[in-house]
Amino acid sequence: MFTYTLRRLLFAIPTLLIISFVIFALLDLAPNDPTGDLPLTIPPEVREQIRASLGLDQPFFFRYLYWLQQFFINEPLNILERLTGWQFGDGSRMRVLSWATRSPVVDLIVQRLPQTLWVVGLAYVFGVLIAVPIGVISAYKQYSIFDQIGTFVSMVGYSVPTFFTGVLLVVIFSSYLQWFPSVYDTNLVVNDFSSFLQQVKQMALPVTVLSLFNASQITRFVRASMLDNLHQDYVRTARAKGVKEKSVLLIHVLRNSLIPVVTVIALGVPTIFSGAIITEQIFRVNGLGQLLIIAVQGADIPLVQTLTFIFAVLIVLFNLIADVLYGILDPRIRYD
Amino acid sequence: MKNLKLLLAGTVAALGLAGTAAHAERGTDGDLKILFWQAVSTMNPYLSGGTKEVYASSMVIEPLARYDEKGALVPMLVSEIPTVENGGVAKDLMSMTWKIKPGVKWSDGTPFTADDVIFTWKYCIAPDGGCAQAAQYEGVKSVEAPDPQTVKITFTEPKPYPYSAFVGAQSPVIQKKQFENCVGAKAPGCTSANFGPIGTGPFVVKEFKPNDVITLTANTNYRDAAKPAFATVTLKGGGDAASAARAVLETGEYDYAWNMQVEPEILAKMVAAGKGKLETAFGTQVERINLNHYNADPSLGAKRSTKEAGPHPSLSDPAVRRALSLAIDRSIIVEAGYGAAGKATCNIVPAPAAVASTKNDSWCLKQDVAAANKLLDDAGWKKGPDGIRAKNGVKLSFLYATSTNSVRQATQELVKDMWSQIGVAAELRNASASVFFGGDPASPDTFQKFYADVEMYTNNFDGTDPEKYLAEWLCDKVPGPANGWQGQNIPRYCNPAYDKLVGELSKTAELDKRAALAKQLNDMLTEEGAHIPLVHRGSVSSHSLKLAGVRMNAWDSELWNVADWSRSK
Repeated sequence: MFTYTLRRLLFAIPTLLIISFVIFALLDLAPNDPTGDLPLTIPPEVREQIRASLGLDQPFFFRYLYWLQQFFINEPLNILERLTGWQFGDGSRMRVLSWATRSPVVDLIVQRLPQTLWVVGLAYVFGVLIAVPIGVISAYKQYSIFDQIGTFVSMVGYSVPTFFTGVLLVVIFSSYLQWFPSVYDTNLVVNDFSSFLQQVKQMALPVTVLSLFNASQITRFVRASMLDNLHQDYVRTARAKGVKEKSVLLIHVLRNSLIPVVTVIALGVPTIFSGAIITEQIFRVNGLGQLLIIAVQGADIPLVQTLTFIFAVLIVLFNLIADVLYGILDPRIRYD
Repeated sequence: MKNLKLLLAGTVAALGLAGTAAHAERGTDGDLKILFWQAVSTMNPYLSGGTKEVYASSMVIEPLARYDEKGALVPMLVSEIPTVENGGVAKDLMSMTWKIKPGVKWSDGTPFTADDVIFTWKYCIAPDGGCAQAAQYEGVKSVEAPDPQTVKITFTEPKPYPYSAFVGAQSPVIQKKQFENCVGAKAPGCTSANFGPIGTGPFVVKEFKPNDVITLTANTNYRDAAKPAFATVTLKGGGDAASAARAVLETGEYDYAWNMQVEPEILAKMVAAGKGKLETAFGTQVERINLNHYNADPSLGAKRSTKEAGPHPSLSDPAVRRALSLAIDRSIIVEAGYGAAGKATCNIVPAPAAVASTKNDSWCLKQDVAAANKLLDDAGWKKGPDGIRAKNGVKLSFLYATSTNSVRQATQELVKDMWSQIGVAAELRNASASVFFGGDPASPDTFQKFYADVEMYTNNFDGTDPEKYLAEWLCDKVPGPANGWQGQNIPRYCNPAYDKLVGELSKTAELDKRAALAKQLNDMLTEEGAHIPLVHRGSVSSHSLKLAGVRMNAWDSELWNVADWSRSK
């Protein structure tokens, strides 16, 4: 298993390099311009100067190598310096700078991580916690009323987009009932019970929207996987031996059914980091998803490049984790 | 000049009145919550140029003089506006002198001097800095300080309208001490200075989260001890216009929201909730349809829309251009897409009132399909079996481009329908705004390339003087491969008589004569069909009924008088 993991990690390096190049080339080919959003009162020759000051007058390949150096050498050294207090060289290295804010991209990402992890991450956890029991009961009592309702709710949650459910909840709970705020306050510091309550209140709506969406997806997987296993011979054998129904269901069937589900859940973790673009926009959570979409709209190429590359790293990494978990959970699978 | 003086006197009087009505103490009204659905990226307008950055920074850093809501100049950091009459502007129009108010301090307590003003100019013109507001300092030869309270600006050639550098929200003064080591290529590296500039304005940046939220506190060194009334400002960004409107008008979570680009009927419903109101201000924005004077036939390849392509086969006919304008019912377009934020117009220079012409309103503002049809009949454009007019094998069928935006697409549909009534066909196309306005010379979809017969967008000019704007229609400003598609004469209009008149305008100093010339130029463009002006667009913002003192301004930052805002009890 260890050599397998090591081999996969080594393979990931060229894969990621190719990914980074493809992202860079795609962004460069896209007909987008960082001065495109500026008022038309800014004359063309000034726009040309702005583009030059961003380094856009350099050739494509040079800009790519420059980004590689900034991202793979300068930024890690910077983080190391900050963590350890050591000093490498004179300490003044060109960092990856966002074009719109002219500030280091990594600082922006660090600033955005907490709200994304709290809101999107929590919604993922809730989604899983809701989905597993519903999926199990739905499968065990297939075609019962519970199953029908569960199927209906998950179909609704899956097919109704978050830009609809989000706005619907805002209209009901913020505008009409006025129970929850419609705008997320990223400045809120939780230090006592009342601020904690406020944090819970402002997280309630976005987390609900995303939990519903996540839960509906995962329930379907759990239900399908449970159904597959419920009709297996070993279940019949266990029942024939007189094993209690509870043990049959929760120990034999559930454990076997969770193997593919765990893989699905692991593969979904990177989407937490990429944020929930639409939900973040609706509630102004201003996490990584909102950062990415603003950067795309404003043609802030260094920011888009860095963010998408980090997502690529996470996806490659969690693919590996899913594969390894699969091997650990299912003894029949051996990679070596 | 007389007009200007009168306006100034009026403004001073108005300011005085507002002053007496206001509260007496600084920081007594708590937190002012402002919502910008387009989030603010930086507080240094010299590095961004976006409207949102200019507005947000206007609470912190100030220019020497500003425009008020009527478009009149108001002294901010100076004791008076220099004019030829008061000797502030030299008789030969080659220089002007500003006198700084005594006792103005930066928020860090150090005195504000002419040195800071000089430095601001040097900061913006430094090579490799990519200063977004460089156009404000165009024609400035030098900025000097005869003494610490005096700033003398010398121009490279006579400037009949000298109010550009250090005037308006686009060119505020920054502190020399803070930005001294941030000039030129080093500018982007100074993140903390760019996010928290030290200013003379009513508020100071406490915390800046780029593209998210800005926290500001009242400036303890602000020159008026009684202002600002609010102790703090929270400027939140992100989301969309409709939900921003909701947060002010329906839920009341915010006091002020900028730029309500929302369908008129949705806004009306929100206002009915009774928590807030809308404010509209009309500046110089005009939505227009440019008519391509060159041939844009795709079969011409790279030559299309350039001089080599030759004149447009049908749009070069004045009768066609006039008929296209006559066929449009502007009031329907306003009603459907703009509501209170739009007025039908036939001018490309719609404001200020002194330079707004009414000459063409009689024939142009009203839709007249019969007249348009007759014009085309007389010119020999005959309807074919498909209902589309043609002459000598040239069909009146146009490719109609614009940027992606729901209001623009709805307008396209309306215009297409109106044109079909006079036998003109239109093929609609739209491109993403960042592509359409992006100016990438490699992209065929930019508005500069104009690879279409007609195209629609909005443009405007800064400040109140249209000279630079009207110069965009000069013959030598036509975009083409030779200048990297960089000209601003998008319709490719060229008329030597127009060029001559613009030359005259640049030499005229008297305001009345300038206004007359500007009107004449504006009328020429409409009459000769360089473009079809459609809608004079206003900016709409919303604020809570509990917020007092808002004077919506289209000539400067909307937050220009935030120091006077207060919470009504």
